[in-house]
Amino acid sequence: MWSQGTSGSGSLVLVAALFSALVLAPTLAIHVYTHREVHGTVGSQVTLACSFWSSEWISEDVSITWLFQPESGKDTISIFHFVKGQPYVDEVGAFKNRMEWVGDPHRKDGSIIIRNLDYTDNGTFTCDVKNPPDIGGKSSQVTLYVLEKVPTRYGVVLGAVIGGVLGLVILVVVIGYLIRYCWLRRQATLQRQLSAMEKGKLQRSAKDSSKRGRQPPVLYAMLDHSRSTKSASEKKSKGGLGESGGRLK
Amino acid sequence: MLLLLLGIIVLHVAVLVLLFVSTIVSQWLIVNGRTADLWQNCSTLEVPSSFQCVTSSTNEWLQSVQAMMILSIIFSVLSLFWFFCQLFTLTKGGRFYITGFFQILAGLCVMSGAAIFTVRHTDWQPATSDTAFGFAYILAWVAFPLAIISGVIYVILRKRE
Repeated sequence: MWSQGTSGSGSLVLVAALFSALVLAPTLAIHVYTHREVHGTVGSQVTLACSFWSSEWISEDVSITWLFQPESGKDTISIFHFVKGQPYVDEVGAFKNRMEWVGDPHRKDGSIIIRNLDYTDNGTFTCDVKNPPDIGGKSSQVTLYVLEKVPTRYGVVLGAVIGGVLGLVILVVVIGYLIRYCWLRRQATLQRQLSAMEKGKLQRSAKDSSKRGRQPPVLYAMLDHSRSTKSASEKKSKGGLGESGGRLK
Repeated sequence: MLLLLLGIIVLHVAVLVLLFVSTIVSQWLIVNGRTADLWQNCSTLEVPSSFQCVTSSTNEWLQSVQAMMILSIIFSVLSLFWFFCQLFTLTKGGRFYITGFFQILAGLCVMSGAAIFTVRHTDWQPATSDTAFGFAYILAWVAFPLAIISGVIYVILRKRE
């Protein structure tokens, strides 16, 4: 029971320590965020984005430093420094006239742009931010890869080919169905007109002006709804062909 | 009559199975013991006696071959679905145009995929003396004429009874 008690209180202390570490630790350090890898093509420009989070108010003493370690070297050189509201760009090193400060410490952004990339720019860039009194914390690193052409993500070509061909085939099938539907409808209309004309001639000869003679072609009645109210069969047989011909157009 | 129907369905299903196996099994190339493409490159290691696979290259031409194989499967499945639809809804004397169209399309997709692979496989897999084509590649080429024949049969077939 004694061992249980100690283990119980021990675990409680551990939980409390973990809780305090998780809750209190972020407020005591500055957090810097960058991409992990950035790809750029030779001759173009690339933006090295760096954003940070600090629990303290961003004072005028905030300092942002960019360091560069070439891929083939072991030394880390400082290429950019921002202090007391003034950016200081490297004037003598490898990035002379190629670097531009585009960050805004009050917006928690410490990004720089490097133009006219070359293969010697391959390496690791470190963004380091200090905001007194909040100075502890890890800086963040971004690796720059300078390539001849930027590799496209896997699946772009795959998706594009599948989507394109499927879309094309669906379009062709839909158009085929539409053409067939319109053609069949036109056939049906012409058929009805022919049979109605014949029936009209028969009615005139038989002197029967009732509507019942026109009942059988129901489809015709549907297509020529406006003219079904007219009782005169001459109007139908004379003007029907011309008017419905105009309608079909 | 029933025999003909059964024969057509068996042919269509055989084409579908060939397409599935050819697409899914990653054995389009065999390079001295290692198998490569369409989706992963695998090799059997001797010393700790294990089987290791890595994803294939992300070359655009390989992606287009993958896309063509997937499209051929899609079209063949759609064709089978349409066949059963048209079997019950088509008027007497009508032809299975849509079914044949999709099956021929599937055959063309397999052919273009296999052709692109044949021409461009040296882009991502450097050709050595003992590079050989695997059985999945051969199945793709076998599926192409069978799919075309199946599609043509659908187009010239007329529905009876």
